[in-house]
Amino acid sequence: MENVAIIGLGFTGARPDSPELSYKELMYEAAVKAYEDAGVDPRKDVGSFIGASEDFWDGTSIFDEYLPDQIGGALRPVCSICNDGLHAIATGVMHIRSGIADIVAVEAHSKVSDVVNPDGIMHFALDPVIDRTLGYNAHVIAGLEMYRYLHEACVTKDECAEVVVKNRRNALLNPYAAYGAKVNIEDVLCSPPAYEPMSEMDVSNFVDGACVIVLASERIARNANDTVWINGIGWCNDSPNMGLRDWSYPRYVKLAAERAYADAGINNPYDEIDFAEVDDTYSFKELQHLEALRLLETGDAARLLCDGAFDLEGEFPVNVSGGSLGMGNLLDANGLVKTFEAVEQLRGIAGQRQVKNAETALVQSWRGVPTTSGAVMILGSEPKGGA
Amino acid sequence: MPRRVAVIGAGMTKFMRRAKETPKELAFEATRMALNSSGLELNDIEAVALGTAPDAFDGVHMKGEYLSDGAGSFLKPYTRSFVGGGTGVFCGAHGWWHIASGMFDTCLVVAEEKMSSAHPHPQGAFLTIFDNLIERNLGPNLVWIFALEMNRYMKAHDIKKEDIALVSVKNKGNALDHPCAQLGMKITVEDVLNSEVLAYPVQRLDISPTSDGAAALVLASEEVAKRVTDDPIWIEGVGWNVDTTIWTNRDLYYPRYVEYAARMAYKMAGIHNPPKDIDFAEPYDPFDYKELHHMEGLQLCKKGEAPILTREGVTARDGDLPTCPSGGALGVGNPIAATGVMKLCELFWQLRGEAGKRQIPGDPRTGVAQAWGDLMQVGTVVVMRR
Amino acid sequence: MAKEYPGTPLKSKDFKKALKTKYTPSAEYAWSAGQAINSFLNGLKEGRILGIKCRGCKRILVPPRAFCEECFISVEDWVELKDTGRVNTFAISYLDTMANRIKKPIIPAVIEIDGAGGNGFLHILGEVDPKKVKFGMKVKAVWKPAKERKGDITDIKYFKPLKGGD
Repeated sequence: MENVAIIGLGFTGARPDSPELSYKELMYEAAVKAYEDAGVDPRKDVGSFIGASEDFWDGTSIFDEYLPDQIGGALRPVCSICNDGLHAIATGVMHIRSGIADIVAVEAHSKVSDVVNPDGIMHFALDPVIDRTLGYNAHVIAGLEMYRYLHEACVTKDECAEVVVKNRRNALLNPYAAYGAKVNIEDVLCSPPAYEPMSEMDVSNFVDGACVIVLASERIARNANDTVWINGIGWCNDSPNMGLRDWSYPRYVKLAAERAYADAGINNPYDEIDFAEVDDTYSFKELQHLEALRLLETGDAARLLCDGAFDLEGEFPVNVSGGSLGMGNLLDANGLVKTFEAVEQLRGIAGQRQVKNAETALVQSWRGVPTTSGAVMILGSEPKGGA
Repeated sequence: MPRRVAVIGAGMTKFMRRAKETPKELAFEATRMALNSSGLELNDIEAVALGTAPDAFDGVHMKGEYLSDGAGSFLKPYTRSFVGGGTGVFCGAHGWWHIASGMFDTCLVVAEEKMSSAHPHPQGAFLTIFDNLIERNLGPNLVWIFALEMNRYMKAHDIKKEDIALVSVKNKGNALDHPCAQLGMKITVEDVLNSEVLAYPVQRLDISPTSDGAAALVLASEEVAKRVTDDPIWIEGVGWNVDTTIWTNRDLYYPRYVEYAARMAYKMAGIHNPPKDIDFAEPYDPFDYKELHHMEGLQLCKKGEAPILTREGVTARDGDLPTCPSGGALGVGNPIAATGVMKLCELFWQLRGEAGKRQIPGDPRTGVAQAWGDLMQVGTVVVMRR
Repeated sequence: MAKEYPGTPLKSKDFKKALKTKYTPSAEYAWSAGQAINSFLNGLKEGRILGIKCRGCKRILVPPRAFCEECFISVEDWVELKDTGRVNTFAISYLDTMANRIKKPIIPAVIEIDGAGGNGFLHILGEVDPKKVKFGMKVKAVWKPAKERKGDITDIKYFKPLKGGD
């Protein structure tokens, strides 16, 4: 299969609100930056445009209608994928490998500040017949998962709070992040109870932002600057049914990772990967995801976290960007924003938060409650099989 | 070079005004039938490509995630594509690239819609397809945009409503032979012309119904297909295109985005002379004039010529270019995304000679299906060959 | 080969009896209008129709946007347009927004605003006999009184035929 690379990036940065811009203008800003970075003209060079979105987050039925113009895709092959940005990248990879296009633009955004009641929208995602009428807030599902995870992995709330401390500290070094802060474990544990066992600070905050990533075939990418290679990608779902899913262990992350590792020829992920950007929509998710990614045995993530292994200077930096806890939660743009960070790191342009000698990165996303949908990508500064 | 992709199984539910099944159950039923007909089991399936139109119909946010297990994607890679009314046929492309890319050997294509969940009427959902800032406050109705487009099309070519009504007569008649059809019936041009005026020039019998239903296909790589069937049908071309959002800055008389999508698919399929190289077509017909509009966009005839071909019987099931032999959205019903996959199923069954009473004569070898949607904006095209 | 097709259609009376869960989504939005539409809506509040000119393709874009989708460049050259135009296409609707039947039809139309090279937007026609609406008919905006205007597309009540404008 043909190698596929990332040749351009554009991100508006994350902000709690962006009242001066429409979602179209926000997306346009990200698109212009990405095409500039890639050195491509979207009207001439891009063969396929893919946007990741969900109607009810945008407040429009058939958001695809409102997608093409601001990403340069009018009267071109454009489509929406109702999944995370990483699934959209996977779709782009398939477009390139099947000969649809040599250059693909992938877009995702959050204009969640336009949504008056995000909790109402999340509730609307619950099964209409068996779950919705119970009247619980959808975040409660994450609370249930956390209880089960703490129990089975023998992890404490304090250890989960360490994730918040680390990620918000990392975000202080990231000019794109909205929630950088110096906080300690007590701040997290003493923040108001939210969805037991989570406190308010265990939950990432929604933010606005748009991100565009430009993919290219090997033929194009060989001649591009600062190319980063997609050496493996995988995605998977567990059951949407509350009664059938595994509550303590995200199997979909494990299965997605297995596919990505097989693609990339990775056998010992912890040793072969230099750093990771993983989903941390809720603090415990970072630990749970690191374990499901087979980077660590169940229960080990918390111990290594507390030893500082996941710090910027640690042996396996995790969420150097600040993650969703430090960056903010950008809905289906989360996967692209994590990709943005990983590519900046691999290009060696991450400034104060640069991970040293970074050559291989892992990016993982989860679509949040109530879904069991995740994706995993392995990026390298060299293509699989060497340069 | 993309790998060859075969269709090896197809299934669909009845199309109904109101189904007893939940959306998830509808998806399951169609998927189950497609699997049964394919010679593969769910364990053999490596990925799932789901298509479904607005969440507002079924009344579930992230509807794709909710449907995913019904579509067979428990512990499997799953994505949902969404290009409005164009979604169904687009699903064929969506499944195709999973296999053509070399990343998977088998893929399920599933589409579902349960429009009867929206109360009091799916129109409430349609309002939110319009621009949030400069259109919704005018209180638009979905039928308006069809009426505006139809009127422009009629004016551009001086087309009479009688000729457009023939499409409705033909498709509802064809649907009498489709066991899943919701609105198969024998009607006359006069019936259409005398039906209630909803938004001139659109009348009651110009329109497809709102429906509940699901449809599914099983796709496989050449290697797998040759192992499980002697009669694979090949997806030879896929194409799609989305025009600018600002529909009031376009001339609605001609769907250039359908033309671009068709050219993309035809190039892939090596089709140089569409009317000659294509044996039959399933263009999207949510309204009768749309079939004509789309035949022109699909390059099956010249601009303004589709009504003439229809009047001359060329598009009848026994004509030279049978069009919507299934009965189309007008006759079989229109559960949006599922309609597009129903059209793909029809290509499959016709090309295999399994279309029963609907079978078109003359041993058809090449068929094209097309769907359309968004704000009169997207064209999606799939070409299949035996 | 006969096929068995699944699915259980419900008749009206069965549908009434079928067990249902009812739910009204609490979906509320307050969309940022953004730079281009903000200016357009403010223009309407002042009784003016604004377009924006693209320095690339030279088109006058109305409704305006912050960028030209054809050239993919930012656009900033605002132009004030007349509040007259021509009917590009129209419909005569006996359905309201929720598909309820209405006696007095609404006449939606795409209005090509004068001076915008054929570009325009969706609006409603008024003060006209539905039978007398024609393609290319000259029309003029009928504005709400200034103090009732609030920066919305409905600040124009409707477009009416321009006398002697044919």
